[in-house]
Amino acid sequence: MTDNLPRDGFVIVAKRDCPTCVMVEPVMRSLDRAGPLAVVSQDDPTFPAGVRAVIDDHDLERSFHLKVETVPTLIRFKDGREVERTVGWDRKEWTRLAGAAAVGDGLPDWQPGCGSKSVEPGVHEALIARYGEPGLKSRQISVGNWDDPIEACFERGWSDGLPVVPPTDERILRMLGGTERKPDEVVGLIPPNLAPCTVEKVAINAVMAGCKPEYMPVVLGVLEAALDPLFVLHGLLCTTHFSGPLVIINGPIARAIGMNSGINALGQGNRANATIGRALQLIVRNVGGGLPGAIDRATLGNPGKYTFCFAEDESDPVWEPLSVRRGIAPGKSAVTLFHGEGVHGFIDQKSRTPEELVRSLALGLFGVGHPKLCDAGNAVLVLTPEHYKIFKDGGWDRRRIENELYLALKRPGRDLVWGAQGVAEGLPPKYADQIVDKFQPDGVLIVRAGGEAGLFSAIIGGWPGQRVREECQAVTREIRL
Amino acid sequence: MTMQVKLRDPTAESASVRRSRLAPPPSLDGRTVALMDIGKSRGGEFIDRLEGHFRKAGVATKRYAKPTNTKVAPTALMQQIAAEAQIAVIALSD
Repeated sequence: MTDNLPRDGFVIVAKRDCPTCVMVEPVMRSLDRAGPLAVVSQDDPTFPAGVRAVIDDHDLERSFHLKVETVPTLIRFKDGREVERTVGWDRKEWTRLAGAAAVGDGLPDWQPGCGSKSVEPGVHEALIARYGEPGLKSRQISVGNWDDPIEACFERGWSDGLPVVPPTDERILRMLGGTERKPDEVVGLIPPNLAPCTVEKVAINAVMAGCKPEYMPVVLGVLEAALDPLFVLHGLLCTTHFSGPLVIINGPIARAIGMNSGINALGQGNRANATIGRALQLIVRNVGGGLPGAIDRATLGNPGKYTFCFAEDESDPVWEPLSVRRGIAPGKSAVTLFHGEGVHGFIDQKSRTPEELVRSLALGLFGVGHPKLCDAGNAVLVLTPEHYKIFKDGGWDRRRIENELYLALKRPGRDLVWGAQGVAEGLPPKYADQIVDKFQPDGVLIVRAGGEAGLFSAIIGGWPGQRVREECQAVTREIRL
Repeated sequence: MTMQVKLRDPTAESASVRRSRLAPPPSLDGRTVALMDIGKSRGGEFIDRLEGHFRKAGVATKRYAKPTNTKVAPTALMQQIAAEAQIAVIALSD
């Protein structure tokens, strides 16, 4: 777009907010007197003063089409085409392009310019969406002039029941700016329809979930972990059980994007926690076609199926983070995916020693699934600071807590078989003479999170599908940044 | 002037861009037809005639009316129709 620009002459792109542009204002006037000049002014059409052809470029369309990255930019046109340009203020360059009128008496020889408004973060993507070629492959859907885009998303079945952010090109391009991966890269096949999911589709759903672009590496890492065959996402999706994907984030990325591992870590109020978990669910819904009532046959489900994501508290350097325990190098960012049902609060305000507390926690953990069932799913134990302190003060580290819990979670089968304790549910009679483990040896995933006050912990039950260990497990993966 | 908003499809694009109408029912047997007068002049007469035809064919009908033709039907009315009938005739339009 070069209309209203001189076919043979000069164009300067500038903004008042740039000290170098202000400094060269007299040079711009001098060039105006010398020959055809148009100044494209990004932020103030009264700037520069004393120049006849000032083009108001508040909408930055001209700056975008001229591919300006720095202001001031001096461009020489010949026969309607750009022949050369220089950026910032450099007397030698300006006089080489524009001659003696660009000498700028009294100015320093050189001064760098400022960033063009057209390449500010977020702005550039918006300009591509408006004036350029977004390069997106997903088909466009037009919303009626008077229709609400949020309602249009509901009507098309793209929502989990809460409003979604309408996925416009501008927002999608910004979201794609959060990853270096190509938009057309296929991340994997999303169940139940086994539909290929590109990075672009991930970005669209991340927009709808409310993510910020810097969450994209995490969303992609979460999705890749969820698609690990060992996680059995399809089975988790179509189960009648309560469970859905629980996302636990470790490492520096959690702090970098402001995830919550403290007060109310399992609750509402943190954008990253809320939207990363939601993005996964929206991808499964929209790309995979996993709809409640269709392939999702959950009898009741749980509120975590909107979103269930939090970060581990890694503030204590002696604590071995969950990701490290599960094979990821220290200092790396990682995601752990677990098949989690709802949060079960565990209260113990009396235990003062690790031995007391571990026995008490075991009582709580016996309740997962059913107190008389064993190996009917694993569990996540979220240790809060006050409960963790009891273990730490007693000299117990993660491994010790795990081992002691495993031992405390053994029971005589005679108490658990069908009909024992007057309860029909339980284990088959063959277990009557055995000592039975509640969980698999590595079946309790311990995570630290929560606020400083409260002698509570949280138990998150797993999914009976986990009982066939070689077929279905929690998955931990490093996040590619 | 309004700006038309364009969205990108978040799905695997296995369904068409334009949503098709619901298929007409194979039969009216056992179904109730809602007859909604949208409030245009003499719309009631048109609905009366329709009602007569449905009755003659043994099809159950229920009458509804919008408070005014100048606005969309109130949500409560649409919910009531959805709860009480399986098919709706909305008339009379210009």
